[in-house]
Order: sequence, then structure tokens, then C-alpha cells
Amino acid sequence: MNRRSPVGYTAIPPWIYAVAGLGACFVLLPLLAMVTKVNWSQFIPLITSESSLTALGLSLRTSAASTLLCIVLGIPLALVLARGSFPGQRILRAFVLLPLVLPPVVGGIALLYTFGRQGLLGRGLEVAGIQIAFSTTAVVLAQTFVALPFMVVSLEGALRSAGGKYEAVAATLGARPTTVLRRVTLPLVLPGLASGAVLSFARCLGEFGATLTFAGSLEGVTRTLPLEIYLQRESDADAAVALSLVLVAVAVLVVGLAYGNPQQKRKSRVPQ
Amino acid sequence: MSLHYRRVSMLLAATALIVSLSGCAFGTVDNADNQSPSGSSTTSEPSGEITVFAAASLKAPFTTLAEKFEAAHPGTTIKLSFAGSADLVTQLTAGAPADVFASADTKNMSKLQDADLVADTPVDFATNTLEIAVPPANPAAVNSLADLVEPGLKLVICAPQVPCGAATKAVEESAGITLAPVSEESSVTDVLGKVTSGEADAGLVYLTDIKSSGDKVRGIKFPESSAAVNIYPITTVSTSKNKALADAFITSITDAAGQKVLTDAGFGTP
Repeated sequence: MNRRSPVGYTAIPPWIYAVAGLGACFVLLPLLAMVTKVNWSQFIPLITSESSLTALGLSLRTSAASTLLCIVLGIPLALVLARGSFPGQRILRAFVLLPLVLPPVVGGIALLYTFGRQGLLGRGLEVAGIQIAFSTTAVVLAQTFVALPFMVVSLEGALRSAGGKYEAVAATLGARPTTVLRRVTLPLVLPGLASGAVLSFARCLGEFGATLTFAGSLEGVTRTLPLEIYLQRESDADAAVALSLVLVAVAVLVVGLAYGNPQQKRKSRVPQ
Repeated sequence: MSLHYRRVSMLLAATALIVSLSGCAFGTVDNADNQSPSGSSTTSEPSGEITVFAAASLKAPFTTLAEKFEAAHPGTTIKLSFAGSADLVTQLTAGAPADVFASADTKNMSKLQDADLVADTPVDFATNTLEIAVPPANPAAVNSLADLVEPGLKLVICAPQVPCGAATKAVEESAGITLAPVSEESSVTDVLGKVTSGEADAGLVYLTDIKSSGDKVRGIKFPESSAAVNIYPITTVSTSKNKALADAFITSITDAAGQKVLTDAGFGTP
């Protein structure tokens, strides 16, 4: 009888908690194991070495630039995918989301044959005097390539759940499409945009494979924190573990900011 | 009720499977439980199965050598696992099951010795020297080591932390030059990739890498390379369950026929 009560339908069976706990352990245990390997007495010197700070600084700068690019390119893409209607829309969505599932090294190879010296666009750019390979620009392109889907997915979801009521009202009051977008739609989906930006930033911070394949690895120019960790692991395992912990801490901070207080975000979705 | 419990048990079984699979991933080689028992105690001819951990640069010759060995000794299986020497040492010290370890440098072999995982004194079985790799068309007209310091040249080398980078540094020091690369890669394969794709004008890689990449790159010898000859040692791992077969395989590499396979691949003799 109990099963038929409304509570019974929504309550989580106790065994679900047990399996969920196992799942949580699967994610948390490796991180905990890493923390136990940190050489705490050397921790500060290891993470404040010149090459570590250079790599962290480069990672933060490139990730910020890439996130900006994700915002600029992601907003129109999400709008077109959520609100537009044209042939091939579903196929476009599938391809835009592809970097989410592609191995990063594949992304790197694809970028190489697009923007590289011998690449599709690279040859033209080289003639114009623009060299992308082995530059910080290449790092930003690699990061944007892998992070853009995060922005599009977050924003598209927000756009769909917000609906088009307010836009319809604004339009009937005589607002032009660009005004509606600027004054109604974007303020409405601002929380979605913010969490998309934060997720993109976090993904950029962690980018490794595409950067290594496409941009190379040179201190201060293309060697981001993940690349520095990979290199340090060859000679100094302690430094690699310490830097890994820094990267995890920054990522937790960033993702925590995006999902820290979902209730407050839902409230702010109501327009003023 | 029974349906309910069946679902629960299926979920638990699936979870257990995931957990056990993730446990296996630490070993990378999936032969942990099908290791054949050693037959060496009853017959003089080695039999059974061994796992060989070898440096990535040994892939081509070791594949040939393992096939030859298996053909010459029916009933034996040589499983090969290739990766960077440092990765392999990390795996071995973490308990990965292997019988033979072939390193691309003495430094990583010493790490294994320090971990007390070496059964015998390692034997040097091959050497490798650096060569300049350029795209087939050689767009920057590189002909010698001195050409690599030309301004505007896009040079890619290995980072000093990895063996090929250490060798590069030794060459720089002995030749008295300072290279200004556009990228310091973590592996020789990445350097080669930048040259074969035409992104870089030149790279410093091993002679064997140039041999194995066919006509995708052109190799340029330089006399200063003799300042940094990389030595490859091999040994039986102390946790080996089939030392007789492991030793026999190592012998097949150090004998004349084995050395021929290695020199054909571009390796030098120690």
C-alpha cells in the first residue's frame, strides 16, 4: 500500500544510495590517493618553481581568452540550435557537440590540418604573414575547439527551458529582433551563460592532447599546466603530483562556482 | 519481489564488473591471470609465456625478434608492451606483471634497479644516435648542426627531461651551440610528427625514427652526434614467474642473429 502513496513514487530506494555511494567513491578515491602521494614538505617550493608559475599563468591567460571566444561563438550557435529552424539543424548539433566525445589528439590533428602551415587555412594565413603553429594562438584555438560544446550545451538547455513568452511580448510591443535578444533573451539565460562560461574555462584549463598535438610545448609560449605536469612526470614525480593537485584545486573551485548555489540561480532567471 | 532482487543483483554485478575492470587498468597488460605455469623445471627447452616491456623505439625490431623466437621455440608466447621507458618503469614499480624490461636509456634502468626489481645485471644490447630530421623537400635547406641556429628556422627538439632531450643537450654542449627551438616536446614521436606534418623545418630525433618513417622525412647525419650515444639495457624482472624463458629471449636478442635485426632497424652495437 505504501508504494501507492505519492511519496513512494518519488522517494529514492535505499539501495540506490549504496550504489551511488560506490559511484562517488569511484570518482573521489583516485583524487584522495593522489593527495596521499603529495610531498607536503616540498609542496610550496614545487608549485612555486619558475616553470610551474609560468605554466599556470599561461594556462589561466589562454583559458580566459578561449572562454571569451567560446562566449562569442557559442551564443549564436546555441541560439541557432535552440530557436532556429532550418534543414540540417540536427546534423549541425551533432557536429558541434562532437569535440565532447572525440579523443583530444584527434582534435589536435584536425586543427593541425586546418591551421597548420600546410593546412587548409594555414597556407593562406602564412601568405598573409600570420603564423599560428607553435604560438599561444594555437593553444587558444585548441582550447576553444574542445570547450565550445560545453558552452553550447549549457546555453541551449537554458534557452529551451526559458521558452519564448517574454520575447513574444517584447516583439508585439515593437522591439526589433536584436533589441529582443539584447534586452530580453540574454538577460533571461544569463545564469546558463555564466555556467557555460565557467565549464568552458574549466575544460580549457584541463586541455592537453589537442594542445600537445597542435601547438607544441615551449615554456611561456605553449606549455600550459597540463603539459608541464606531463613533462615533469618524466623526471620529477613529486612535482607532477603537486602540480596535479593545484590543477584539481583550481578546477574544483571553478566548477563549484558554477554549480555552487543552483537555487539562487533559478530565482535570478525571473526578469526584473 | 524476485524481479526486484534480480534487478538489484544485476546492478551490483555490473558495479563489481566496473570495479574489477578499473582495477585491471593499472596493469595495462591483461595477462595477469592467464600466465602459463613455467615449464622450465621439467624440460631444458623453455616454454610458456612471458611479457616483455620495451621502450617504444624498439617496437619494430622487437616485434620481429619475438616472432622469430616463437617460431624457433614452439609452445612459447612472447607478449609485447611498448611505451616510453619512464612510463614502463612507473608501471613496473606499481606492480605490473612483466618478465623482461628493455629500456631506451640507462637512467630508467637504474630506477628499476633502485626499486629492486632487476633479477640480473642489465646487459647493454643496442645504441641509438641522434640525427637531424627534415621534411623531404628540406624547405629551410638544413645541411648541418650549425644550420639549426639560423634565425627564423622552426626547430623542434625533445625537452631535456626525456632521454632524447638529454641527448640533444649533450650534443649542444659538446658542439658549443645553443638551440632556440619553437617547441620542446615530451617524446621523440611528437618531434617526428611536427616534422612529417611539415609544421617544423627541422627536428632532432633518433636515427631509428628516421629509418622507420620511410620517405616521410629525410635524415641528415652530423658528426657531433657521437657526443650523445644512447645505450639500451635489457634485463629479466625479478618478479618474473618464467625466468628461464625470459633469459632465453634476452639471449636471442644479444646473439648475432638478434643484433642483425637491430642494426637493420638503425640501432648501433654497444
